Amino acid sequence: MPKRTDLKRILVIGSGPIVIGQACEFDYSGTQACKALRSEGLQVILVNSNPATIMTDPETADRTYVEPLTVEAVEQVIARERPDALLPTVGGQTALNLAVDLAKAGVLEKYNVALIGASIEAIEVAEDRLKFKDAMRSIGIEVPESSVAGSMEQALETADRIGFPLIIRPSFTMGGVGGGIAYNIEEFREICQRGLGLSPVHEILVEESVIGWKEFELEVMRDHADNFVVICSIENIDPMGVHTGDSITVAPALTLTDREYQRMRDAARRIIRRVGVETGGSNIQFAINPADGRMVAIEMNPRVSRSSALASKATGFPIAKIAAKLALGYSLDEIPNDITRLTPASFEPTIDYVVVKVPRWAFEKFPQADRTLTTQMKSVGEAMAIGRTFKEAFLKAFRSLELGSSGRLLSQADAREDDVSLQQALGIPTDRRMWAVFRALERGWTLDEIHRLTHIDRWFLTQFQQIVELARAAEAVGARDLSDDLLRDLKRAGFADTDVARLIGTDEDSIRVRRQEAGLVPAYKRIDTCAAEFESYTPYMYGTFEDQCEAEPTSRPKVVILGSGPNRIGQGIEFDYCCCHAAFALRDQGYETVMVNCNPETVSTDYDSVDRLYFEPLTFEDVFAITEREKSQGGDVSCVVQYGGQTPLKLSLRLQEAGVKIIGTSPDSIDLAEDRERFAKLLWDLGIPQAASGTATSPEEAQDVAASIGFPVVVRPSYVLGGRAMAIVYDTAALDRYMRHAVQASPEHPILIDKFLEDATEIDVDAIADATGAVVIGGVMEHIEQAGIHSGDSSCVIPPFQLADRHVAAIRDYTRRVARALKVIGLMNAQFAIKDDVVYVLEVNPRASRTVPYLSKATGVPLAKVAANVMVGRSLADQGLTKDLEVRGSFVKTPVFPFVRFPGVDTLLGPEMKSTGEVMGGAETFGAAFAKAQMGAGQKLPQSGTAFISVNNRDKASVVPIARDLARLGFSLMATRGTAAYLRAHGIDASIVFKINEGRPHVGDELRNRRIALVINTPLGRDSYFDDRAVRSVAMMQGVPAITTLTGAAAAVSAIEAMRTEGLTVKSLQEYHAEMGR
Amino acid sequence: MLALENGTVFRGRSAGAAGETGGEVVFNTSMTGYQEVLTDPSYSGQIVTMTCPEIGNYGVTAEDVESRGLQVAGFIIRSESPIASNWRAEGTLHDYLASHGVVAICDIDTRALTRLLRSSGVMRGMIGTGRVDAADLVERARALPQMEGADLVQGVTCQTPFAYKDLASNDFAIAPGRTSRVPLKVAAYDFGMKWNILRRFAAYGCDVTVYPASTPASQLLATKPDGLFFSNGPGDPAVLDYAIANAKTAVASGVPTFGICLGHQVLGLALGASTFKLKFGHRGANHPVKDLVTGKIEITSQNHGFAVDPATLPHDVEVTHKNLYDGTIEGLRHTSRPVFCVQYHPEAAPGPHDADYLFSQFIDAMEKGKTP
Ligand SMILES: Nc1ncnc2c1ncn2[C@@H]1O[C@H](COP(=O)(O)OP(=O)(O)O)[C@@H](O)[C@H]1O
Ligand SMILES: Nc1ncnc2c1ncn2[C@@H]1O[C@H](COP(=O)(O)OP(=O)(O)O)[C@@H](O)[C@H]1O
Ligand SMILES: [Mg+2]
Ligand SMILES: [Mg+2]
Repeated sequence: MPKRTDLKRILVIGSGPIVIGQACEFDYSGTQACKALRSEGLQVILVNSNPATIMTDPETADRTYVEPLTVEAVEQVIARERPDALLPTVGGQTALNLAVDLAKAGVLEKYNVALIGASIEAIEVAEDRLKFKDAMRSIGIEVPESSVAGSMEQALETADRIGFPLIIRPSFTMGGVGGGIAYNIEEFREICQRGLGLSPVHEILVEESVIGWKEFELEVMRDHADNFVVICSIENIDPMGVHTGDSITVAPALTLTDREYQRMRDAARRIIRRVGVETGGSNIQFAINPADGRMVAIEMNPRVSRSSALASKATGFPIAKIAAKLALGYSLDEIPNDITRLTPASFEPTIDYVVVKVPRWAFEKFPQADRTLTTQMKSVGEAMAIGRTFKEAFLKAFRSLELGSSGRLLSQADAREDDVSLQQALGIPTDRRMWAVFRALERGWTLDEIHRLTHIDRWFLTQFQQIVELARAAEAVGARDLSDDLLRDLKRAGFADTDVARLIGTDEDSIRVRRQEAGLVPAYKRIDTCAAEFESYTPYMYGTFEDQCEAEPTSRPKVVILGSGPNRIGQGIEFDYCCCHAAFALRDQGYETVMVNCNPETVSTDYDSVDRLYFEPLTFEDVFAITEREKSQGGDVSCVVQYGGQTPLKLSLRLQEAGVKIIGTSPDSIDLAEDRERFAKLLWDLGIPQAASGTATSPEEAQDVAASIGFPVVVRPSYVLGGRAMAIVYDTAALDRYMRHAVQASPEHPILIDKFLEDATEIDVDAIADATGAVVIGGVMEHIEQAGIHSGDSSCVIPPFQLADRHVAAIRDYTRRVARALKVIGLMNAQFAIKDDVVYVLEVNPRASRTVPYLSKATGVPLAKVAANVMVGRSLADQGLTKDLEVRGSFVKTPVFPFVRFPGVDTLLGPEMKSTGEVMGGAETFGAAFAKAQMGAGQKLPQSGTAFISVNNRDKASVVPIARDLARLGFSLMATRGTAAYLRAHGIDASIVFKINEGRPHVGDELRNRRIALVINTPLGRDSYFDDRAVRSVAMMQGVPAITTLTGAAAAVSAIEAMRTEGLTVKSLQEYHAEMGR
Repeated sequence: MLALENGTVFRGRSAGAAGETGGEVVFNTSMTGYQEVLTDPSYSGQIVTMTCPEIGNYGVTAEDVESRGLQVAGFIIRSESPIASNWRAEGTLHDYLASHGVVAICDIDTRALTRLLRSSGVMRGMIGTGRVDAADLVERARALPQMEGADLVQGVTCQTPFAYKDLASNDFAIAPGRTSRVPLKVAAYDFGMKWNILRRFAAYGCDVTVYPASTPASQLLATKPDGLFFSNGPGDPAVLDYAIANAKTAVASGVPTFGICLGHQVLGLALGASTFKLKFGHRGANHPVKDLVTGKIEITSQNHGFAVDPATLPHDVEVTHKNLYDGTIEGLRHTSRPVFCVQYHPEAAPGPHDADYLFSQFIDAMEKGKTP
């Protein structure tokens, strides 16, 4: 059937800020969907609060609203735009839930907006665990025994009936937030408590455990004609009990017989039919008992998902794009397969390689967090690798994680580790379990032993054992006796040159030379959806040590763009956004664009984004091999390292030494900016103030430096992103403790010690400089939180709302001079702090930064594109940029944090970055913009009620005006004794409440009884540390906004006031930009 | 070592029995079901390459065989599993191949080989283990008989008629669309029939008697069957004049007749069409086939190197199914007589169960035949 003709305008909802469980994959799927819809001549209206996305580029949709994903905001968008239909299936759980809310609120009906892609009924059957299970039983598909509980009593009854261990899962939460595994009654009560609280419908599912069973996922599609295909099967190496998002997974499924697989496929077909997903993609999870093959269905996601992004990258089949077309009424056979061109999309991809995905966690940033992996996802990113064999893909995936020395799987035996603790490390899954598996194998433990503890399928364990044996063989021979055959076996098994070098005791370069002599260079094979049965027209490739190479490089001038690898806190989607923009711009400049990246979630790894895509690890070995291959047909090859964050920067010097042409700012300038000593000298020569600083390579040195510049000091290793292992220390003891902890954080580099500028205002600046020395400043962003809270973790605003003009002028002047001194060609990010009327430079990064996308959306100028053009020789003037950029209105960027997934972790902010993503709010005034940003970040600022205030003595004076405003706005105030007394003394009435350690009912009780609507709590210092920490975490669990800085509190107050006076309005980027004449 | 008639040579490791073997080298793109492939008689005379690189992972089990033994002439894989990891496994693939004397090779660039077969078409090839001279092996590959014009059916058909008793477990199969209301007798020609066809017939409630390929049709008709069946099998259909003659009789008899794969080609020939050889055939479990009557798409299990030529179809035969990859004929039906057949494999094994409904269709036809 041809496509529906009744649809003209489609509303697409994005997934909002990057959080654990919802990352770039929804920018990838959303962008694909928007493109697909527009290619069908439809108008697309997009709503997404996350500015750091390609989908919110003004070119991606006809109307782009960077607005909070709330019913209120989206209703206004609908009222203004009057779409015919809403596509809720490409924005993750967020979009699905919002669609349901809009329907329940009668909004869709009121403006008669049709839902396409999934009906409310289908969404509910799939997402409501009880409805889902009933549905499954009704079609004779087994599910784990369970029942739903709306209260603790009901939960306990079920516990008696089913028995432990038990799985607890809240309804309608994404990525399993609030779920868990209970082995005993205490754990059970705790998890149920939390789960009931976190479920939007106050409902949990208590379920029979099938821990240890094999876990599988099928990515399936269905069209309105009831045609059904399986796009990809995925097997979880970590068995049931570890969330698929935290599991190491492999595609295709490798341990199923055809009978088992077809039975699963038949079930999937019946499930998608029963749930009633008429068109589009779904993800269905199954568990299989390895002892007898018994199969149960676990869940189905009636939408594109993280796994569908993985499946798309793994097979070359663009699920989201096809899903969008199916939603328009096409049937699968009416849609061509991009890659083969001649064949239709109504087929099942078959692959002749193996794909392995490994999650990346961020526990190092949350030391108090529980590292046990359970039913709720904890990882922040993932790397995927492709090889011709499992071993090759597996080892490539692990080196793609960029974990440095801690990433090494081989010969990491630890003499101090006794068998008992090793058994534990195997039995209780954590982010480090795979390393334990390899230690056990090296210790000679039997497969059965390891299988008994981990339940990992013996097939995978055997593969790991083969890897260990190969490593042994290499260790046995020295560098001289290494035969070509053994070297070949090692490379074909996925060993990196660095691995081999370490094993035989030589260096990477000599291994590379050895390889090249032996003719061992990677061949590049194509991902073609059909195992070579048909010709592929898409250069989407992976490297492998095979005979035949299919890269077919051209002789055109080309630019290789190095991506940013797996998402991690401090290096996320913003950098992928920049890499994509580089590609788009350079393609327009007539270059052939080549992308190298290993993150399956991203737009950069969509073969549509670039001319040639290499899905490869971002190590020197892998990247250099690619540039060599691309050079082979002649044609100038240059490389962009500025856009992928630290990952490519770390490679730039070596690549240059190896003869790779780096464009943009020279690696030497990059080093000049990153090397604190060189940089300090530069600023000194320029006469630009900076915090007194020094470097230390030993605890002793550190003490000397601290003594000379005076406490408090900021300490950190060099060459880190996101303030990794960064701390503020107030005394010698703390400094000594830090030195011992931090030096292992990055041995290669010295420790940097800066004078800590207390209560300073922090400013971020992004600028572009070209070869003519012209510098255009994209924006001066004033932070809401004071310096000391990582730039990535503090809200910021353009234009500045409190800065003195002379300071802004100084900042612009310093930025220009530093950019010229560093001979920056392209982007530069600088951070400043203003204290006692002096502007200090905190740091300068001659590369793309986290704030580039946000600035680009606010100003309407695609900074990353402009800078890319600059790198290939176009001047700023030539691109019409002669003066610094301005914005109309006010734009606030606010971060979001993963604390809710890490119970017991303090929510207090510091110089080490902890946020996973961000949202943007725009409005006429700062207050309204800040309010919208808060909304977008899921902080519901109250309009009335009781505000609890508890601040340390330094803050007491400055909290008075804030308290007064709150009172004026009709809030009643509640405070701890000291604060209350101080407020009363200043004529502000506040009731007194116990601290948690003072007796009951204390503030915690009041919070739980929902008698507090807002918490303002600045750290009260060591003694009461645990007290206010408790307050903050209770507030978080209860969803009560808890503000930990006075500047943040002041901003919140002006936001509350703005909502009163101005109310909530929405406006599209296109309108903002038009007003600015762009 | 693997040597092809065009001179190409691949060096790998032996993955099965020692020795030498020759045959037509073909590739199969199915990601599961290597054991069903190995035991499918339609592959006799062929050396099969699996495009899926990791093979042998779940071992082998007597439950999943499609015939009395291994049928392929040789086997080519990228990476063989050292162990068998599955609760039903009875042994490893390597031992299975070795103990049944099947010569196999692994650790070669099977994708390069597949691309070669795709672009140059299927070729004759030889696998030799141990010390072998490349040039000499290529020569022997060239000396192998061509697939065209060879009757391979005689090598795989049963020697004497037998009634099928369902032995192997069926607990993975889908419930049949429906079982026949009355007991139905099916007389089936065995050109190298896959056992899952028999299992499906049994599941649908039919008693099947299996006859050697060259049994005269009159003998089958004499048993007053409710339906006649022409099975899958290896090689070139055009040379099977006895089978074609029997098919003609079957069509004329008015007894409901159903054919699969080679059976489909034989019926096509009997109905007056002719067949031709495909460049590299259809072998896999992901081919989209469109049912031209309902417009629905089935993902099908395929294994054939020859096909019926649409240009030669007589007026009273209509195309019921079309392959969406290359438009070739996947199903035929006689407009006035109860005769229909498909080129692909509704019995799956390996592959999706999408086309299982064809067995119901056959049941319908037979029941209609019973109540005139
Ligand atoms: N009954 C169970 N027994 C053991 N583990 C389970 C069970 N149900 C779910 N899990 C584990 O929890 C994870 C998350 O459950 P799932 O239903 O997929 O929720 P989500 O919506 O968060 O993906 C699964 O990937 C699986 O590993
Ligand atoms: N000398 C200093 N005084 C006060 N705060 C500082 C100082 N140096 C760094 N900070 C704080 O630490 C945060 C992280 O430092 P930064 O140099 O930006 O590290 P990163 O490279 O990880 O962004 C900054 O955003 C700032 O808030
Ligand atoms: Mg899992
Ligand atoms: Mg899940």
